[in-house]
Amino acid sequence: MSNLQVSLYRYNPETDSAPYMENFEVDTQGRDVMVLDVLHMMKEQDNGLAYRRSCREGVCGSDGMNMNGKNGLACITPLSEVVKDDRLVLRPLPGLPVIRDLVVDMALFYKQYERIEPYLQNDQPAPAIERLQSPEERDKLDGLYECILCACCSTACPSFWWNPDKFVGPAGLLQSYRFLVDSRDTATQERLAELEDPFSVFRCRGIMNCVAVCPKGLNPTRAIGKIREMLLANAT
Amino acid sequence: MSNMRSLTFDAIIIGGGGAGMRAALELAKSGKKTAVLSKVFPTRSHTVSAQGGITCAIASADPNDDWRWHMYDTVKGSDYIADQDAAEYMCSEGPKAVFELEHMGLPFSRFDNGRIYQRPFGGQSKNFGEGGQATRTCAAADRTGHALLHTLYQNNLKNNTTFLNEWYAVDLVKNADGDVVGCIAMDIESGEVVHVKAKATVLATGGAGRIYASTTNALINTGDGIGMALRAGFPMQDMEMWQFHPTGIYGAGTLVTEGCRGEGGYLINKDGERFMERYAPNAKDLAGRDVVARSMVMEILEGRGCGEKGDHVLLKLDHLGEEVLGKRLPGIVELSKTFAHVDPANEPIPVVPTCHYMMGGIPTNVHGQAIMQDGDGNDQIINGLFACGEAACVSVHGANRLGGNSLLDLVVFGRAAGMYIEGALNEGIEYLDASESDVETAMKRITRWNASSDGETVPELKRALQDIMQTSFGVFREEDNMQKGVAQLAELRERIAGAYLPDKSNTFNTARVEALELDNLMEVAEATAIAALERKESRGAHSRYDYPDRDDVNWLKHSMYFPLEKRLGKRDVNFAPRTVDVFEPKIRTY
Repeated sequence: MSNLQVSLYRYNPETDSAPYMENFEVDTQGRDVMVLDVLHMMKEQDNGLAYRRSCREGVCGSDGMNMNGKNGLACITPLSEVVKDDRLVLRPLPGLPVIRDLVVDMALFYKQYERIEPYLQNDQPAPAIERLQSPEERDKLDGLYECILCACCSTACPSFWWNPDKFVGPAGLLQSYRFLVDSRDTATQERLAELEDPFSVFRCRGIMNCVAVCPKGLNPTRAIGKIREMLLANAT
Repeated sequence: MSNMRSLTFDAIIIGGGGAGMRAALELAKSGKKTAVLSKVFPTRSHTVSAQGGITCAIASADPNDDWRWHMYDTVKGSDYIADQDAAEYMCSEGPKAVFELEHMGLPFSRFDNGRIYQRPFGGQSKNFGEGGQATRTCAAADRTGHALLHTLYQNNLKNNTTFLNEWYAVDLVKNADGDVVGCIAMDIESGEVVHVKAKATVLATGGAGRIYASTTNALINTGDGIGMALRAGFPMQDMEMWQFHPTGIYGAGTLVTEGCRGEGGYLINKDGERFMERYAPNAKDLAGRDVVARSMVMEILEGRGCGEKGDHVLLKLDHLGEEVLGKRLPGIVELSKTFAHVDPANEPIPVVPTCHYMMGGIPTNVHGQAIMQDGDGNDQIINGLFACGEAACVSVHGANRLGGNSLLDLVVFGRAAGMYIEGALNEGIEYLDASESDVETAMKRITRWNASSDGETVPELKRALQDIMQTSFGVFREEDNMQKGVAQLAELRERIAGAYLPDKSNTFNTARVEALELDNLMEVAEATAIAALERKESRGAHSRYDYPDRDDVNWLKHSMYFPLEKRLGKRDVNFAPRTVDVFEPKIRTY
């Protein structure tokens, strides 16, 4: 078994005038480890390698990156899923400013998330116990609330690359729909009013890169379609 | 020193997990100048990994459920060293805290009548152990921690909480009176080191499972708050008490929720036998976690383990059917496929007891105020210092935590700490400012790492530490092996004191963070080791071959580890709940 050849995006603003690709050779002892394990091995070779990681089981959303051309989470991506001809190219998530190596500045991504007011709004006084919700109403939140804010989807989206300041992007819109469709939320009209402009929702061209890369198997395009339907129904 | 920037807050909350964000929410609503300082973006905190649920007597599955039954289970589960006033507070305040979460939008699963879904969990009973298994754990499928953490972050956004995200707290700053008046922290992105001044400093830094080689814990669980408090000279309580979760995925360590067994799954050995029937005839697979973990290790040691090496057992779920798995345990199906390469709808999951939770921590009262002891062994409040969540030891978990009680602990005591601090700030808090030399003391170790020019590197030293803990302080313990472990740790401390940080850059230097974390792992490991060696009995998660019985005469006590003398003392357990009769210690069977 030959060693894995990794080509890694490097950039440290303190020492590098421009980013470059650096080659690493990693001995995985033939095991089908996760890409995150390979990064740990590389960091032992080069202490200065920077990447984010936390849960190492695909629920915290820290280690979104671009692996052989596709966005995903390094911790739940086994080499067998991405490596071709013993080669692995690792780059930061596309379209966001790079802070260092694989660490990107997520500020724009978070700003779009905050813009949709991602919290339940209910203008009625809260009862002494929980608000009731039928299992059928609760089912509508499945496939929406599970988002881990890893940004794999929005940074794979050409519409977000072009207008990251005006297009909410798939992650933000998925969360927007999660609150629009929650039977306990009473701010539906206000939420829709915030999304009516030509950019916030309607920049989505249905390319569906978001669906292809979501590590949690969620479908932002479908949620965006539902928001469009609500906006159109509202307009007529 | 004088050119170091300082930031001033009424309260600084270190840690952006469930406990920290619940405390922050309370303070943000009060209008106090508060910030949450977190080494990761808050939704990357380890609370996100909690699966099965939050245990609380909200009387949804069973309209007759009673928080006193929950309290009884909690005290029994703790092997009687939970403080009964604290367990009483948690279980009685719990419903309020859970309903608040629901009102904030937490997407709980539901019963047909629209109320919050609850499932059975280990160690739960009705009617003080007399009425059979209870169904008390509120769940959002098997992603309850994720749902809870995101809901808390969202509501902090709503209330305009200040976040210092990707900042790392280095050490506490104490003034000349010994009061805690803030901390030294580093902005990870820029590398800038800042003096954060605060009238209240809250350690909500979570657990430290990374002291073990095999753990369900996130890579960030390095006991930063425990390390900071120990370096400041403050004592730790019950640090020998580490929970080994029965079902970590064999090889990977990732957690498989107890909710699997709550939904009807069970453990089998290599003969296909449901062995828990022998160890816990009544509760079977839903006995306390310590009991189940020990039973699994016994099976393995007696040659009935599974696999080529006979070193694990199997968790059988296929009989639940795809609908229950898809609806109630979808995250487990995903994790099993990814990390165990099995689809639980067809095949059992290989599992092994895995380090999961730190029952010990910074001793506090129910308001989150940190406690030390005066010369006569009496409790003494540490001015300015608070703790909540896994970093704290209130203690509601004692020697063994019940499943689903950690999320309840987070929200109840995060909330309580926030409320108390708000009141104290309203009354007015005045402490002496830290002097330049006080600040220099807190800067000592980051200065040391920055000046290091040669020596061993962080990853190899971390591995050595984890191996010592795994080998000498696991599920079963005994004197000689622990003596050896303590000696090895003393030697390792010297090696770490001379260790080397090659990368001295400023921008997002994760190597520096990992070096600083290693110091904290060392503090936690040593406190654990010395406490484990000195507690000469078996109780809850602390099981000794050489002292197999519980010793209520000498050890119905909290242990208190004093870092300056590396000495283990004792502290009385509270047996004085305010509104219910005390639960007297009994033999603990399931």
